This record gives sequence, C-alpha cells and structure tokens, in this order.
Amino acid sequence: MPRKPRLAVFKFASCDGCQLSLLDAEDELLAICDRVEIAHFAEASSDLQPGPYDVALVEGSITTHEDAERIKRVRADSKFLMTIGACATSGGIQSLRNWGQIDEWVQSVYPSPEFIRTLATSTAIADHVLVDFALHGCPINHHQLVDILVALAEGRNPRVPSHSVCLDCKHRGTVCHVVARGIPCLGPVTQSGCGAICPAYDRGCYGCFGPSQPANTASLVSQFRSHGHSTEKLVPLLRSFNAAAPEFQRASEQLVILGPNSEG
Amino acid sequence: MATPISPLFIPKPHLQLLLNELRHRGYSVVGPTVDQEAIVYGEIQSIEQLPQGWTDEQAPGHYRLKRRDDNAWFGFVVGPHSWKKYLFPPKTTLLTAEKTESGWQFIPRSADTTKFALLGVRACELAAMRIQDQVFLNGPYQDPLYRERREHLFVISVNCTQAASTCFCTSMKTGPRCENGFDLALTEIDTGFLCEVGSERGREVLDAFVSLARRASEGSSVASNSNNDCVTANEICFATPEQLKSAENARQQAVDQITRQMETSDLPGLLLSNLDHPRWKEVGERCLSCTNCTMVCPTCFCSSVTEVRDLNMDRVERERTWDSCFNPDFSYLGGSLVRNDTASRYRQWLTHKLDGWHAQFGTSGCVGCGRCITWCPVGIDITEEVAAIREETSP
Ligand code: SF4
Ligand code: SF4
Ligand code: SF4
Ligand code: SF4
Repeated sequence: MPRKPRLAVFKFASCDGCQLSLLDAEDELLAICDRVEIAHFAEASSDLQPGPYDVALVEGSITTHEDAERIKRVRADSKFLMTIGACATSGGIQSLRNWGQIDEWVQSVYPSPEFIRTLATSTAIADHVLVDFALHGCPINHHQLVDILVALAEGRNPRVPSHSVCLDCKHRGTVCHVVARGIPCLGPVTQSGCGAICPAYDRGCYGCFGPSQPANTASLVSQFRSHGHSTEKLVPLLRSFNAAAPEFQRASEQLVILGPNSEG
Repeated sequence: MATPISPLFIPKPHLQLLLNELRHRGYSVVGPTVDQEAIVYGEIQSIEQLPQGWTDEQAPGHYRLKRRDDNAWFGFVVGPHSWKKYLFPPKTTLLTAEKTESGWQFIPRSADTTKFALLGVRACELAAMRIQDQVFLNGPYQDPLYRERREHLFVISVNCTQAASTCFCTSMKTGPRCENGFDLALTEIDTGFLCEVGSERGREVLDAFVSLARRASEGSSVASNSNNDCVTANEICFATPEQLKSAENARQQAVDQITRQMETSDLPGLLLSNLDHPRWKEVGERCLSCTNCTMVCPTCFCSSVTEVRDLNMDRVERERTWDSCFNPDFSYLGGSLVRNDTASRYRQWLTHKLDGWHAQFGTSGCVGCGRCITWCPVGIDITEEVAAIREETSP
C-alpha cells in the first residue's frame, strides 16, 4: 500500500470556521484518517510535526508582515497547497480594510494602538504564493473538502462544480427572488457550494462561495440598478465575505464611480 | 383517440371529486398551487390548494403573483416550474454498485411505479411533452425512468383563457388551444369547466367521476345522454350552447392577448448560417451564463452523469442531474473547454434549440412558453435575439 499523504492545516487571518468544518465532518473523519496522515493541525492536536507535507490546507488571509513571510515557508514545505475558505481564497470580510484608512481604524478599534503592527490590506494567499487549488466558501462545504482530500489520496479529480448558485435553486424548485420579488441576489455570479440555502429561505444569495465561472457582475449589477436598487445597497452586497475577489471588487468599484442611481 | 362527443359541463366544486377519483385510482395528483410568491407545481389533495383568484404578471426578467378581481381557478399562465420535473427529475440515481465478498454487485434502479396525474397542463406544455417524448423515447435508446412515468401519466390539460406578455405559442404553432396529447381537457368559464375527452383512459376516468358525482349529489340529475335536462348550475350536464360560446370566447381571449412573436419561416437555417454574427458577442456580454433559461425550459434535457462513491469505497451510485450548456464545464472535452466564453454558449443554446433540433429530432426545441424570457435574471428575450440576427443579416 502506498504511503498515506501527509496533511497539514495552517491558519492565517481567519475565524477558524473552515478548519472546524474538517473536525465537523464527524461521520467521515475516521475514513479520512485511514486515507491521510494528519501531520500538523493545531486545532485538533498539539502534536505538530514538521514538514515536508504532501497537502497543506491554508485558511485565512495575509494581513501582517510576519504572515507574508510565513506563507512562503508553508509553500516551500508543501507539495500541494490548497486554500480553504473565502479569507484564504479572496481576502475575506477583513479585506474591507482595503477601502479604508488602516491607521484610523487601528486608532479607533484598539485601546493601545501602539502595539498593533499590521498591513494596510488583507489579501488572498494566491497574491503571495502559488496556490494549487482554491476551495471557496464562507465557510467551506465540508463535503467538498472531504471529497477533495479523498480525491487527492486517490489521484482523481475532485467534484467541485464551478457553476452558479442558480442551478442549485432550480434543482430544488426554489422560485427566483430576482425575478419574482425584485430582490437583489448574487446567485447568478456566485459559485455553487451551499446548495442554494439562502434563496430557499427567502433571502438573496450573499455570495459566500465567491465568483462563479464566469461571473458577469457588470450585467447583473446593471440589471439591479434598472430595478431601482441603490448603490448604497449594492456596494455592501458585493463587499462582504468575498469583497476582494476580482469580479466582485471590480463591480463594487464601478458602482462607486457611477454614484447614486438618480444620476445613472 | 376516443370518438369526440360534446363537452361536459362540470360545476367548479365537483372538480374535487375528480381529484378524489384519481387519487382513488392510485394517482398522485400534481397541479398549480401558490408557494414562494409564485404559482408552482406541487402535489394537491384539495381544490382549495389551486390558485383560486390568483394570477401572474410576466415580462422579461419579471414575474409577480397578483390577486385577480375575479375568482378564476386557472386565470394565470405558465410559471417557474415545468412538468418535466416529474418525468425527468432534477436528480436520479440510475444505478448502484456494492462491493461484496465476491466482487462488485451491480444493482439496477428498481422500476418506478409512481403514477402522476397532471392537472392544468397548457397547450405549450403538451407540445413540450411531445418533444421530450421524441428525445427520451423515440431515439435509438429509451430513457427507462421517463418511459415508466410517461406510460402511467394521466394528463388533464387546461385551455388558456389569457396569455402573458412573454407567451408566443401562436408563432410556434403549439397553442393556446389544447388539440391532443391529453386525457381530459378543461376550459374554465365563470361557473365551471367544460371538459373534453382525449383518450380512452380519459373517458374511463370521466365516467367513473360522473357516477361518483351522481352518488354524491343525491337528487340532482346527471345527464348521461344528449338530452339536456339539467335545471340547476350544480349538475354535470352536456354543455349548453351558451356555455360552449362562453368557453370559445374565453379561449379566444388568450389568442387575442398574445403579442410576442417569433418568425419561424427561415428556421432552421437562419442561425446556423450566421455563426459569426456580431449579435452573439453582444448577447454574450449581457448573459450571465447562469443556466436559468435551460432549467426552466420544458424541453431542455441536458444532464450530467457522475459516479458518486462513499468514503469507504464499497458503494458507488451513478447519479444523473440536470445540467446545462451554459455551464463552462459542460463543454469539457478532450482535456479542455470547447465553449470557453458566454457568447459561444449562448450561441450553442439558441442554434441547437431553434435550428439543430430540426435535424436531430424533427421538431423545433422551442414551444413558445416564454419561461426563458421571464426567468432570465437579466431578461434576455429569445424572440428578440432571433429577430436581431435576422434583421442585421445581409440578404
Ligand atoms: S434566487 Fe438567486 S440564486 Fe436562485 S435562481 Fe434567482 S438569482 Fe439565481
Ligand atoms: S404560450 Fe400559449 S399555451 Fe402556453 S401558457 Fe402562454 S398562452 Fe398558454
Ligand atoms: S426556449 Fe424558452 S420559450 Fe422556448 S420552450 Fe424553452 S423556455 Fe419556452
Ligand atoms: S440567457 Fe439569461 S437565463 Fe440564460 S444563461 Fe443567460 S442570463 Fe442566464
């Protein structure tokens, strides 16, 4: 039997939710351990073994000088590096800082700002090192994670579709909110992964799984504007968990340039 | 086809007895009902679940559920769901394989015995079913699940008495009158329904229903011959000339309300001979490649088949799910994407639907139901796209 791949999990700026989804995969965890050797996973065990690793799961974005260096070492130690979640894949909700003044925020948030050393931006792992596979989601779908780990161990392609959330809505028979209620929904430009949960519970999609392939945000946003949705409403919709994903970022910045609806 | 006889008049409340009769015969009755601020198709036990007094307002990228100022039961047109979900479900397990001591054991899907009775099928939807029959049953390979469900299917169609702004069945010669393909066909008038019979099975159910109604309404007469001796509006009788006239007017109203058109005289041919037309690029910029049009289309039949294995690798399921030519991955072939931009995917959809189908299936793939227009989040209109390609084509 071939050697089991060695797995490591690393955390950068994040909430830990994506790593936790690996631990949440209770039903599958034993089977995963049969297939891979968990060599480094601080959330699960204090037995942290050194590299090299076959597979590194990277959670979180780069927000400090130290992390910008650390991710390079992780990369050097790992044969296959996969980002997990919106933070690692596109910079996360914390990338909202990219549009603000970091010094002002540090001053207003921390009682002793002099102890804070941080970068002015929150950026995706792929902005710093080569990423072999990006698993989207805020948080990720643990079924997808498990499938990828097994696929890696078996040398097959994982089943992670890149189509829109709309397809899942239609599979479930959910009536479209954009068409039937005029609610703005990011589903047509968001990658599948959650099974279209929010539309099934009377909400538009918040874009947790990042841009779909392709993500024609320009066309969708111009339709929302023609429905009368204001820039003030649409910019925050685009600027959430995946604010700095290129397709969402471009669309929100375009909206800011266009200004309030009355002018457009 | 049964010998045509003049339609029966069925007072509205009696429709419940028809539902009862169908359920008694083992049918799961599915029909229109209000849910999620729309008129969708779902299982119904009672006439109270029908969209009584509701209607829909439709335009490109726009649908609103609205109250009517009367209490019509079928005063709306086609909505976000189509009947294809019952014959060609969004997700099906085709085959299971299990690892045993003596190797892999293949377990075929067991025969499907679900009997659906569809209530409220419109003319364009009957046409869509005929097209899917062509695709799933009349080619070299039959789809077994589709066949099983189709064979057991009982179809009660309803003639449209109004049309949406997105309807264009008259262009596609599919409606709004239900001509064939039904077991029973209803036309709604103020007080009840005129019911035509379209098959032996329909005749049998109708006869059983009439005797049920007769037993239920002791004392009132139910006509069983051409002598129209009904005295109250609560009886099942042959339709009176006035009722026939009202039904005719109601159906004509749908015809009169249809405004959208698609010229078909140069289809097939027009699209396939305009593959480099600049319009494809232009529509490609508006299209989201979101797949909604293909999902709501009652004739679109594309699917993907995936082998899904459990973690312990001792059970594999072969799953079929609805898929779409608008998904980039759907054109993954020989190691790369064949249609790697939205314009080429939109072009694939339209040329196949309106042009290629003729050669492949002997029919257009479009019945003019307008769903793709209404349910496109950015309101792309198939009729407008065809017209644009025609107009800007040098003769
Ligand atoms: S509700 Fe949103 S995700 Fe669902 S079909 Fe409509 S646009 Fe797409
Ligand atoms: S397209 Fe014709 S048959 Fe279909 S719903 Fe509209 S009017 Fe009725
Ligand atoms: S292409 Fe559009 S109008 Fe034609 S049958 Fe399909 S959904 Fe209806
Ligand atoms: S035509 Fe409309 S519904 Fe169809 S894929 Fe394009 S945007 Fe989506």
